[in-house]
Amino acid sequence: MAIRMLYFAWVREGVGTAEETVDPPGAVRTIADLIDWLAQRSQGHATAFAEPAKLRAAVDQKFVPLDALLGNAREVAIFPPVTGG
Amino acid sequence: MIRIAVQPAPIDVAAELMAVEAAGAGGIATFTGLVRADDGVTELELEHYPGMTEAALLRLAEEATARWDLLAATIVHRVGRMAPGERIVFVGTAAPHRAAALEACAYLIDRLKTGAPFWKRERRGSEATWVEARASDEDAAERWG
Repeated sequence: MAIRMLYFAWVREGVGTAEETVDPPGAVRTIADLIDWLAQRSQGHATAFAEPAKLRAAVDQKFVPLDALLGNAREVAIFPPVTGG
Repeated sequence: MIRIAVQPAPIDVAAELMAVEAAGAGGIATFTGLVRADDGVTELELEHYPGMTEAALLRLAEEATARWDLLAATIVHRVGRMAPGERIVFVGTAAPHRAAALEACAYLIDRLKTGAPFWKRERRGSEATWVEARASDEDAAERWG
């Protein structure tokens, strides 16, 4: 099932795009699996996703831990820890 | 009454404060965050996640109004590029008495720091660096349970 990926801050810069649509295989069950799978797409992806401990995620615009299941996610965002305020 | 705004335009504190005061409260608390000129910062850039950011701020304001007896809660956050001394964020709360207004205002700014998708990038001349999250901000958010 197609997932709309969004990237922010240095993750966006590393990947080289703010947004892309991906269709991961069934073996990709969690956000962490998705990150590992995305890292193989290009050198930029590999660089941006080299240290998953520095990444945070949202599924359908809600923060989730990286071990969360993808389920029927339509929109997944990967980004660094937030620094607002 | 809740007001949430995420905007590239400068924050008009006087107008925001007047709107909070119009709620008919006995006490108003406000917090204004400014761009610091730390270590030669010449410009700050704020990136956000359109849609999710506004929803996250709305949820925080709703949590605050459920927890304290508030008549108004306003969160205005600026995005885009700004210079040292400019306002990044304004939080205003109105309540019948001061304790609720002060506590809810502190809660909102503490939780906003770790609970809403914004990312800061500092520029020093031609050099730009993404700001790293601070453990002290996590601690401040967690003290509210």
